[in-house]
Amino acid sequence: MDKAANWQDIKIDFSRVVEANKGLATVVKKEVGDHLSGKRFSILALLVFVTCLGALYIAASTIRTSAGQGELDFVFLLLFTTSGASMPFSFLSFISLLGPLIGLTLGFDAINGERDRRTLSRILSQPIYRDALINGKFIAGVIVIAIIIFGLGFLVAGLGLLITGIPPTLDELFRLIAYLTLSVIYISFWLALSILFSILFRQTSTSALAGVALWLFLAVFFTLLAGMVADGIYPVQDTSDADQVLANTRTEQLISRVSPAYLYSEAVSTIMNPEVRAMGPVLLEQAYGTLKGALSFGQSLLLIWPHVVGLIAAMLICFGLAYISFMRQEIRA
Amino acid sequence: MATGSNYLIETVDLCKRYGDRAAVDNLNLQVEHGIVYGLLGPNGAGKTTTILMLLGLTEPTSGKAMVNGYDPSRNPLQVKSMVGYLPDNVGFYDEMTGEENLFYTAALNRIAQDEAQRRIKQALKRVGLPDAGHRKVGEYSRGMRQRLGIADVLVKDPKFIIMDEPTLGIDPEGIQELLALIKDLAKEDGRTILISSHLLHQIQQVCDKVGILVQGKLIASGTIDELEQQLVSQEHLELELKAVPGDEKLGDICAAIDGVSKITWNNDMLLLECSRDIREALVKELIAKGYCPTHLSLRGVSLDSIYLRYFHKEEKYYGQSS
Repeated sequence: MDKAANWQDIKIDFSRVVEANKGLATVVKKEVGDHLSGKRFSILALLVFVTCLGALYIAASTIRTSAGQGELDFVFLLLFTTSGASMPFSFLSFISLLGPLIGLTLGFDAINGERDRRTLSRILSQPIYRDALINGKFIAGVIVIAIIIFGLGFLVAGLGLLITGIPPTLDELFRLIAYLTLSVIYISFWLALSILFSILFRQTSTSALAGVALWLFLAVFFTLLAGMVADGIYPVQDTSDADQVLANTRTEQLISRVSPAYLYSEAVSTIMNPEVRAMGPVLLEQAYGTLKGALSFGQSLLLIWPHVVGLIAAMLICFGLAYISFMRQEIRA
Repeated sequence: MATGSNYLIETVDLCKRYGDRAAVDNLNLQVEHGIVYGLLGPNGAGKTTTILMLLGLTEPTSGKAMVNGYDPSRNPLQVKSMVGYLPDNVGFYDEMTGEENLFYTAALNRIAQDEAQRRIKQALKRVGLPDAGHRKVGEYSRGMRQRLGIADVLVKDPKFIIMDEPTLGIDPEGIQELLALIKDLAKEDGRTILISSHLLHQIQQVCDKVGILVQGKLIASGTIDELEQQLVSQEHLELELKAVPGDEKLGDICAAIDGVSKITWNNDMLLLECSRDIREALVKELIAKGYCPTHLSLRGVSLDSIYLRYFHKEEKYYGQSS
């Protein structure tokens, strides 16, 4: 009896959800179409595609040369994580470097571009709620990101399979999917950020520049900054004791983790490398007596769960800010 | 929900403030069903702000607007599905064709595909763009965009259309076609149309009623005849006079007539400010003195001068206060 009543409630709520999101599907469809047919997207996809194929090629040849030298576990994952001497980038590092650029490109002119083209007031005078536009743009962006990342990931996996001839285990497949999903979330964070900038700044060039500046700062300078701050708080000399060194390292890591870029790279290198058992400094006495071996997928996931939550939160906070500022903004310039 | 109100649009003490500045100041606007209403005012008078509040795209600071019995800030979807809005300097997605842009509008209005197809074809034909639908909007001229904007409104088939500065940046021929179309939309289809403009003589021929908005205040509203009446009954009128021979004595003769308060020469034309309608007395006097009037007109009879008159009055008023 109770259960039936609950179902009734859910039904009503669902129709309300549909009512409140009138036009959302239309906006999503149009935006996805725009992205996929745009020149900007083609250029970017080509760039990422070529670099990732390059990374795959290097990885495959490196694996081949080192194949005879010892036992190789998780060959399939190595396709994504191995970098060579001639090119110090793996698939993983390429995505973590270029991924934000995808997000920024998809979103930097989301709202101020509509303003520039003078389409904003025309679209919003149609019978849709104002948030349908921004929700639609964000969802469309996430869909496109998912298409790129999953397409690319499975393409590299397929080609790797052909090159190495070693099929992935189920565990490896899960790891790959988790990695790709995490990448989509991370890039969506950048998408949300660039949409926020597109609302805060009236010029598309300003919002693009702001996005790129923040990307460079977080991707390159932030870890340097974290190290400097940590050195300032806990200076380490040759004579420093273990506590001091440990405190320094921990502080540095703590500060670095404020940056979603660091959070992401730490999480993906853990999920794609089953041998990683802990993040951060491990003392010899802690490692003493541990058995050599890889973690299972579930354990690795558990290890990066705070990162996953942190990235989702960062994405939602950015989108929330964008949402609020868009809803409060005057339509008129 | 729709009330039995006579008015399609009714605003009650509608205000919008940006900081200290009042863009719209206690506006009480009433527009009946089925008429063409011209909202006239200089740039920055608050016309667009008023329109955005009517559409629920901007929240009023205080006061209330009602469109067909709905409050746009409470029921924006009901209002927006009923109202077609042509923004000033309307924009489209350049990389899409004209038809694709219209299809997007149709989809946002949840019009079924084949119905949308039919309406788009019809609308494009009606605005005179029957063959341009397949071209990208990026290739369109300014006038074609404006036409596409009207087609965009027509696809929605609204009972009420708001046009913000529709004649801006179009060539004279295009303006005539546009005005004819507006007339057609009102008379044939029975739609109510609100046009905002700062160019009076252009929309004079299509408006049933006009309202003059200056500094966010509606300072006059009514039919053009009513506005004229208001103007003629005021303390002074202005007469334009040309006569042959146009010598200095002409001024003296005019000054002698009872009711003339001020005379100014404007090249070969005389401007007479008078407290009553002296045309009859003036002509008789002139002919008696051997002058032949070649031009005599009462200023304030065209809407332009009505508007100028109101505008100047307000400017003087505000000029003193600021």
